[in-house]
Amino acid sequence: MSEVKYSKEHEWIKLEGDIATIGITKHATEMLGDIVFAELPEKGTSVEKDGTAGVVESTKAASDVYTPVSGEVVDTNQAIVDDPSKINQDPENSAWFFKLKIKDPSEMSTLMNKDDYDKFAKETSA
Amino acid sequence: MDTKKTSLYQLHKDCNAKFVEFAGYQMPIQYSAGIVEEHKFTRNHSGIFDVSHMGQLFVYGGEDLIEDFEKIFPLDLKNLKLNHSKYSFLMDKDAGIQDDLIITKIDGGFLIILNAACKDNDFKILKEFLDEKYKMILDGNRSLIAIQGPKSSPILNEVVDGVKDLNFMSGNWFSFENQKLYITRSGYTGEDGFEISIPNSFADKFTRELINKGSKLVGLGARDTLRLEAGLCLYGHDLDKDKTPVEANLKWAISKERITKGDFIGSDIIIKQLNNGVSKIRVGIKPEGRIIAREKTKIFNQLDVHIGEITSGTFGPSVNGPVAMGYVENEFSKKNTKVFLEVRGKKHAASICSLPFYKKSYVKGAN
Repeated sequence: MSEVKYSKEHEWIKLEGDIATIGITKHATEMLGDIVFAELPEKGTSVEKDGTAGVVESTKAASDVYTPVSGEVVDTNQAIVDDPSKINQDPENSAWFFKLKIKDPSEMSTLMNKDDYDKFAKETSA
Repeated sequence: MDTKKTSLYQLHKDCNAKFVEFAGYQMPIQYSAGIVEEHKFTRNHSGIFDVSHMGQLFVYGGEDLIEDFEKIFPLDLKNLKLNHSKYSFLMDKDAGIQDDLIITKIDGGFLIILNAACKDNDFKILKEFLDEKYKMILDGNRSLIAIQGPKSSPILNEVVDGVKDLNFMSGNWFSFENQKLYITRSGYTGEDGFEISIPNSFADKFTRELINKGSKLVGLGARDTLRLEAGLCLYGHDLDKDKTPVEANLKWAISKERITKGDFIGSDIIIKQLNNGVSKIRVGIKPEGRIIAREKTKIFNQLDVHIGEITSGTFGPSVNGPVAMGYVENEFSKKNTKVFLEVRGKKHAASICSLPFYKKSYVKGAN
């Protein structure tokens, strides 16, 4: 069974076995506006929980993408680098950012479930 | 200080604008369509921009005023025809740019359009220089609305008959609901278009009519991407007091007739720079790939020597890639010169290019 969790930095993370797929939430894309540039971590590199693991840019500004858990980057989504507008179109599904082989499953427990995230997103954007 | 609202504030709200504070005003950065869509709609159809935060300075006077203005602006104002406009600047004695502006000869004087953030200071400078000899009105009772893009002429002409016959960089008085509108054929997007000066109380109704005819509101976000693709400068970024018009590569805007005599503010420096060249100059910069180099990005040459800075950079939706402009040392300003831009600690290849990034389609008019 896979579960989807959410971070305060507006990333979503879906864990299947020890492989986590990470992207940014629909709420994040709405705040950012049209995304015109995406930079992803390199395959094979290690990333640490809450560390920078990419960049997205709108026409107005650049924003860091953080990783909600630690691990080794095993795959990245080149399709969103080639056409960043895909991130606005389907942020929580086909426009995932990167996949990690996670280091410590217990890090998942510090993240929010969907209901808590929706509440958090509503409160912080009000 | 409270932020000011333009006469179109309610309309912006009705159109789901996201607001930002800009030069003391609550201005729409974008609407629900988003910056990229708004940008493309302007290029392909027609966009409306609320630029009421900009200054509309009316200065009334005759021959004396023309003479006095020639001491300030590097323009041949004696030969500027009625209802014709020129792009110019207000310089300090060192030719540093205090503002860039559009000046139009109107019946009985001039209308000058000033940047929002500079207008009060410009007014002070001009008033002092003109020694209070002339009636000067920085008119807060009028709104300024731009309509830009290929369908703008037929759309505006349906609301204000006759505007389609205006030539580029010229204007005239028109009427709407018995109100006097001053309309010029000009803009800041690289597209054909108009700027309309209208009494505040009629701005909302007028704009809603343009929307009914098929134009759409466009925010300041797309205004910035449009002007950057068109290679046009933004004051406070590409132009400021530390840059001269020659360094800004705007010498085309200095009247040749005025150079020989050189009796305007900053003329010593301008003439010197025109004769001897400048050490830094504004250029277009095209990053390779998709990397966006924003304002303050450092520019390096092939030997890794720091040679300049980006002053504006974004993603150009019509170019479908990143675009930028900035200042580099003169010897590296030639088209196709390879340079490197430092973004997030990494150097990215780019080349110097000519402006604009997007080919303009200004209508010259029938004459």
